[in-house]
Amino acid sequence: MKILVLLSQVPDTTARIAFTNDNTQFDASGVTFIVNPYDEWFALVRALELKEAAGAGSVTTITVGGVETEPTIRKGLAIGADEAVRVDVQPTEALQVAEQVAAYAKDKGFDLILAGKETIDYNGGQVGAMVAELLDLPYIALASKLDLSRNDAGGTTATVERDVPGGVEVMEVNLPFALSAAKGMAEQRIPNMRGIMAARTKPLTVIPAVATDNVATTKSFELPPPKGAVKMIPAEDAGKLIEMLHTEAKVI
Amino acid sequence: MSTIVFIDTRGEKLPKAAQEAVTYASKLAGGPVTAVTFGTGSNLETLGAQGASKVIVARNVTAVDGQQLTKLVTDVAAKEGATTIVCVQDGTGKTVAPRIAAKLKAGHVAGAIAMPEGNTFKRNVFSGKAQAFLEVTSPVKVVSLMPNSIPIAKGEGTATVEEYSGDLGAARITVKEVRKAGVGIPLPEAEIVVSAGRGMKGPEHWGPIEELAQLLGGATACSRPVADMHWRPHHEHVGQTGVAIRPNCYIAIGISGAIQHLAGVNQSKVIAVINKDPEAPFFKAADYGIVGDAFEILPKLIEAAKKLNAER
Ligand SMILES: Cc1cc2nc3c(=O)[nH]c(=O)nc-3n(C[C@H](O)[C@H](O)[C@H](O)COP(=O)(O)OP(=O)(O)OC[C@H]3O[C@@H](n4cnc5c(N)ncnc54)[C@H](O)[C@@H]3O)c2cc1C
Ligand SMILES: Nc1ncnc2c1ncn2[C@@H]1O[C@H](COP(=O)(O)O)[C@@H](O)[C@H]1O
Repeated sequence: MKILVLLSQVPDTTARIAFTNDNTQFDASGVTFIVNPYDEWFALVRALELKEAAGAGSVTTITVGGVETEPTIRKGLAIGADEAVRVDVQPTEALQVAEQVAAYAKDKGFDLILAGKETIDYNGGQVGAMVAELLDLPYIALASKLDLSRNDAGGTTATVERDVPGGVEVMEVNLPFALSAAKGMAEQRIPNMRGIMAARTKPLTVIPAVATDNVATTKSFELPPPKGAVKMIPAEDAGKLIEMLHTEAKVI
Repeated sequence: MSTIVFIDTRGEKLPKAAQEAVTYASKLAGGPVTAVTFGTGSNLETLGAQGASKVIVARNVTAVDGQQLTKLVTDVAAKEGATTIVCVQDGTGKTVAPRIAAKLKAGHVAGAIAMPEGNTFKRNVFSGKAQAFLEVTSPVKVVSLMPNSIPIAKGEGTATVEEYSGDLGAARITVKEVRKAGVGIPLPEAEIVVSAGRGMKGPEHWGPIEELAQLLGGATACSRPVADMHWRPHHEHVGQTGVAIRPNCYIAIGISGAIQHLAGVNQSKVIAVINKDPEAPFFKAADYGIVGDAFEILPKLIEAAKKLNAER
């Protein structure tokens, strides 16, 4: 079982969101960066569980980013990935990232490629699907459960669940394929001391980027206008809330 | 310069998000557009009201198989000479739209929230804590519209419905089962959402939450710990790690308003918060607030909602 996990680095969920350079750049001053939670908690941990269950195989992580992403890459190794790859280029846009990942993965014979549901900064939910298209693989978005079993043809079939409006969809697909991992897929693992020590000596390979065409550019950012003051309603008159939502806010 | 729109119409009713996407595509095109869809859904001709002149449907595709659907959409796009392909930023769209973009080497706007200015599209980033302006420079553009971003056009037209006859290859993904988790309005489509958190103390206290939602014609939601403790089903969990919603009205009861919770609901038009702690962070994000005990306040809200319903 050879598994590739896409790991991205994002600002911490509680980071203050601000921009500099005339609102063209994210203001990273004082911001802590973490492994994107979907990538770490769900994609990576499920990959490790599947490898452990199979008793063989490897989990490789890939990150498209500069040298500043190495601490988060080491965290992935500390949690249990066997090796890590960093494509040495600043990510500018989803297709550019996907092309880097696809260029690396194309002749490596991965059985599974796991991305996170979305990056919590750019919220695209798109890189995994793009990688799948570039590698001509099936892809399931927003998977909340992934189980593997042997099939009659001697290959491996995955049973994948995902939440859809009003229920859960259960799907089957033969390996190799790609997916994006959402909540439910696995439980977060906290790296232990042994893992952290081992991570220091695990291979982190840096590879050069392939050339890509630029198809889209984020020009600038904007912060939403500040909220007006909250209107407080005394608890005794709680029913007035319904009235106000109807006559004043006109939303019910 | 032509525009097509890809939508998921598999349900019994035409989804709101599909009608929004057709509206958006037709506004972008400045005229009628071709819609592409799949499965056995009915009433497709009524998409004419939102500006579709033609609906091309691949009846034999039933699963969200990204490879079949990408072939379908790019095939129609080539025939129509489409330079803009509109999709929806939902589960189906997230499976297909980025694939289309990768195949056509096109820029993808993942989650447009407004009409563009030229080739520059506004979208949410940082879980709605900011917006970004993305300029697409490729000859072909793929634009996935965020649900609940624009009003649905209500015109007169009727679209012609054509069955797609091309070969899409064999499906590589099969749907084994769809487990329905209750009836009611799907959360991402609900215009009114009544949501509750750990302040409700236990699953046995959700009766009034459900009753209020039902009286207001809304859906129920919950915070993450509530889903984690299995008080409520997982698909009701909203926030950073759950569903992101943008209803007209979000009523939060016994939820503290942690930043990760707000990330999934801060796009709601109006937010009302009920919490016994006046210092609860949620009040800072709220339009209306009541400080008090949910167990005393809920009966009052239910009574007022019944009164309102009796009057209208
Ligand atoms: C990376 C990350 C991702 C996360 N993603 C999400 C997410 O997607 N969604 C999410 O919801 N959370 C998420 N969380 C968790 C989040 O940080 C909070 O822990 C969670 O939202 C708290 O849920 P709560 O408000 O229901 O519970 P609590 O924080 O325990 O708040 C309960 C509230 O109820 C009030 N209360 C108690 N009794 C009553 C009463 N009788 N009447 C009225 N009010 C009462 C209390 O004053 C309190 O404010 C995430 C956390 C992390 C670190
Ligand atoms: N720079 C990156 N390097 C590696 N993986 C990435 C990168 N950006 C995004 N991904 C992966 O793609 C998923 C979806 O990202 P996005 O499309 O940006 O929401 C993430 O959860 C990651 O698994």
